[in-house]
Amino acid sequence: MAENDGQVDGEDDVVLAELNDADLVAQMHDDLYDGLADEIAEGTNILLQRDWEPYKVLTEALVEGMRIVGIDFRDGILFVPEVLQSANAMKAGMAILRPLLAESGAPRMGKIVIGTVKGDIHDIGKNLVGMMMEGAGFEVIDIGINNDVDAYLTALDEHQPDILGMSALLTTTMPYMKVVVEALKEKGIRNDYIVLVGGAPLNEEFADNVGADAYCRDAAISVEIAKEFMSKRQGSAAAVGMAAQ
Amino acid sequence: MTRTVLSSATKEVVIGFDVPFVVIGERINPTGRKLLAAEMKVGDYSRVEADALAQIRAGAQMLDVNAGIPMADEPRILAKCIQLVQSLTDAPISIDSSIIEALEAGLAVYKGKALVNSVTGEEEVLERVLPLVAKHGAAVVAISNDETGISEDPDERFQVARKIVERAADFGISHEDVVVDPLIMPVGAMDSAGTSALNLIRRLREELKVNTTCGASNVSFGLPNRHYMNAAFLSMAIGAGMTSAITNPLHEPEMAAVRGADVVMGHDPNCRAWIRAYREPPAEGEEGRGGRRGGRRRRQA
Repeated sequence: MAENDGQVDGEDDVVLAELNDADLVAQMHDDLYDGLADEIAEGTNILLQRDWEPYKVLTEALVEGMRIVGIDFRDGILFVPEVLQSANAMKAGMAILRPLLAESGAPRMGKIVIGTVKGDIHDIGKNLVGMMMEGAGFEVIDIGINNDVDAYLTALDEHQPDILGMSALLTTTMPYMKVVVEALKEKGIRNDYIVLVGGAPLNEEFADNVGADAYCRDAAISVEIAKEFMSKRQGSAAAVGMAAQ
Repeated sequence: MTRTVLSSATKEVVIGFDVPFVVIGERINPTGRKLLAAEMKVGDYSRVEADALAQIRAGAQMLDVNAGIPMADEPRILAKCIQLVQSLTDAPISIDSSIIEALEAGLAVYKGKALVNSVTGEEEVLERVLPLVAKHGAAVVAISNDETGISEDPDERFQVARKIVERAADFGISHEDVVVDPLIMPVGAMDSAGTSALNLIRRLREELKVNTTCGASNVSFGLPNRHYMNAAFLSMAIGAGMTSAITNPLHEPEMAAVRGADVVMGHDPNCRAWIRAYREPPAEGEEGRGGRRGGRRRRQA
């Protein structure tokens, strides 16, 4: 930022360390919006130095900032390259918080395994969903493109996620989602996971038909739906979680 | 990597192969603008002012200034216009005249590194313009015609361009400071005008390693729906390696083509300029951005 000092209208002169907590968090929301990774890392460290719990930094500074990004993305005010930059800034904060969160046993937002189905190599939408999920504090395991049933099952077994996300961009590949769901049913593990599906040619009806829990129209909505399902799921599991701590 | 750096007192603009296409606003030119010519002749520069500001607002990074009015004191008027435009904007200027005294008067008052528009391959013009360009440390537009006129043969136009680049070097002017105008012919008059222009642009870039510019609207002369023809030409020319154009930035089809071509060429990181130009403004009375209290930091340049 230094090279801009004294130029334009001096709006780059914000010194994060000099802001009080509330202003700093508000500034971090703006910096997330603007995709400024270095500033987010700096702000994250400052809050931690001020004895903020990592979980509080995550939710109040980062997740709340990304929520605003998500709204403007949904409303067509922000566009894909900008959201990718915001997600990248979020990652810079998460890189600092992740190990601390693991240590502190903070509540989890949720974990998702996400991948494009067999025969389909499209991944831009799927990647965007992954980044927005990470932005919302979810742990995201992206298993890439062209996944057959075995690949999904292996990932579910290995990572034990809350959510399985499947993506397809082709009318010829999207029926494979049903194959995966049927396999889960056969193994008796269908209800262990929230199954979310998305992709340009899909709709609600199709999602119902393949036996998914919900259709996610876009990345921002995916996050909202995932949060909804997680709160339901955690509502019933809360007692268990408390006992575990 | 060829970079032609132009400047005003406070701002640099780079024309080059790896940077966004440079639009040089053409509007400040009394040729064919009777009203502007009459006003400039009697010292009324209000329209020059308005044109300068409107073109910058529309996205021109540089401005061409021409004061070619018949039976007027062109050197004095050109110098006056340049001073005026430099007082209004920080955009570098292309000083445009076919009269050497006018170029001289313009360069004398110019602050920064100007683009001199232009030199041709004619012996007498080379001998008079190039020393002036060298003396002021300016850059120059090289028009690829000579005493024999404008050749229809693109190879001959290439040879003229090569000659100008070589002669410029003799005067100590680097090829980086020679921006070649390959002379775009109307495609309505000759079907091959488009493809020869594209080939020429490619050769100028690859063999002479020079930046290029053109009057983009020549290509559509005599045709209907000209702006879209210009736009098609501009995006293809940028694909072939053209790096600037002297054109009217107030025409949206051309500007959309340039911005889109910048994206496709990878010269608009994160599509920032494209999004900035085409993001829908918030509806009146609505908050600017979802729950955001008006940004205090801008996205990093």
